[in-house]
Amino acid sequence: MSARSWRLVKIGAEILVPLAILLAWQLWTASAHQPRFPRLSTILVQFREMWLFSQFGEHVVPSLVRILAGFAIGSLIGVALGIPLGLSTRARRAAMPHIEYWRAMPPPALLPISVILAHSIGDRQKIEFIAFFCIFPVLLNTIAGIRAIDPTLVDTARSYGIPRHERVRRIVLPAAFPQIMAGLRVSLALAVIMMVLTEYFSSTNGVGYVLLISKNTFQLVPMWAAIVLIGVIGYLINFVFLLVERRVLAWHRGWRAALPD
Amino acid sequence: MLEITHLSKTYGSGDRATRAVGDVNLTVGEGELLVVVGPSGCGKTTLLKCIGGLLRPTSGDVKLNGKRVSGPPEQMALVFQDYSRSLMPWTSVRNNVLLPLRHKKLSRTDRTRLVEDSVEAVGLTRFVDHYPWQLSGGMQQRVAIARALAYQPSILLMDEPFASVDAQTRGDLEDLVLNVREQFGVTILFVTHDIDESVYLADRIAVLTSSPTEVKELIAVDLPTPRDQIATKELPEFAHLRAHVYRLIKRERPGASELADADALAAAHPES
Repeated sequence: MSARSWRLVKIGAEILVPLAILLAWQLWTASAHQPRFPRLSTILVQFREMWLFSQFGEHVVPSLVRILAGFAIGSLIGVALGIPLGLSTRARRAAMPHIEYWRAMPPPALLPISVILAHSIGDRQKIEFIAFFCIFPVLLNTIAGIRAIDPTLVDTARSYGIPRHERVRRIVLPAAFPQIMAGLRVSLALAVIMMVLTEYFSSTNGVGYVLLISKNTFQLVPMWAAIVLIGVIGYLINFVFLLVERRVLAWHRGWRAALPD
Repeated sequence: MLEITHLSKTYGSGDRATRAVGDVNLTVGEGELLVVVGPSGCGKTTLLKCIGGLLRPTSGDVKLNGKRVSGPPEQMALVFQDYSRSLMPWTSVRNNVLLPLRHKKLSRTDRTRLVEDSVEAVGLTRFVDHYPWQLSGGMQQRVAIARALAYQPSILLMDEPFASVDAQTRGDLEDLVLNVREQFGVTILFVTHDIDESVYLADRIAVLTSSPTEVKELIAVDLPTPRDQIATKELPEFAHLRAHVYRLIKRERPGASELADADALAAAHPES
């Protein structure tokens, strides 16, 4: 089979398999008459009514803003801390126990602190909360990426007397970039989880809030519509990220393919 | 112009100390092409890193134009054996060559001209916008040489630069080095383990002993210039010199295997 037809098969599978699952779900819910599991078609009608686009601005936009703001802030902090920790063994030794401690902390355990210390959990607290947990994957990957830089490249930079800040900008960061991207992808997925968690815990808008309210009022169809939406948000965000990654790391794929053996 | 006196380098300390470089004395004259040749693992790379200011020698001195080398000097450029690892895979040939010029006080036009001239000198003008990994091994090493030339050093240190390319490419690159030296008037300290290469390129050869290495013999090479891959290597003098260097190195072999590989040590102690 040619490479081209393989590609078609793969794309076909990516579309057809989910469609088949959805169809099975629809058939089963249509025949089962279970109130807890409304028909897929009913959910999708509800989905369209709520999200396309009557409540989009009221609930989806705030959620997206929280995800992206938290992710952006957390990632920046992760990279900024990761650079000195990646470069200095001593700094790393001093910081690692703290990083490991906070990284091991289950996020829900910190929600009460956020509420007590901030008295409420408004937009700012939510974004801070999301950002905090987005730091770690980026931080650890930045450190690992920097540590893995080829010593020959470091020697090259040193022998040309390239100043420290230039070295970080032109060599250290680009060399660690593939690994930083891997961390960013994990953090982005975490940001979606944290968004739902913070909104579900205490909020006045957002898709997590809709999920909570519909559950509490036994409105099962809107609840399902919210669940479907959260899945779609996670999928689309990851999809966009992969598109960006393909572009910015094009060199990395080419380089790896060119490596001997 | 380059003076090395009583240079020694020991890795580790106490019982586990390993002497890689014993006591090296060497002078490289202005415009000279000095080839350092020694048995495998004798500490050539360690020696070169000390000279280049990347490693601090345990004792002894390196002086460039009378000034003591304590870090990488500005008039010196290094070309490593591992071209694929000394080039930045994420950016173009042009940017790789430009790298050491960015922090120099140069006008934009000077910078562009330097990059273009040095890329042209190594015959890669058509490939400036390629990524290094899109080029063959020999071409990648040309990029590394172009980068060193763009830096405008008065001395070029080359650490077994052609050890990982095939024989024909190697011949071309050797001629490139000779051309570049004519064109740019640069002094070259060239390290290799290849005996033919050393005789073909050198004005003088310094033969090293095995680790802890010292200079065993200095040999003046009086082969006619310009050198030619075929004609020069056919000369009886070439064969004599080659045999002479070979004997010197061969006599070093038995001891070498018992000792730790000094260059492997260099890799294991990157900061010492």
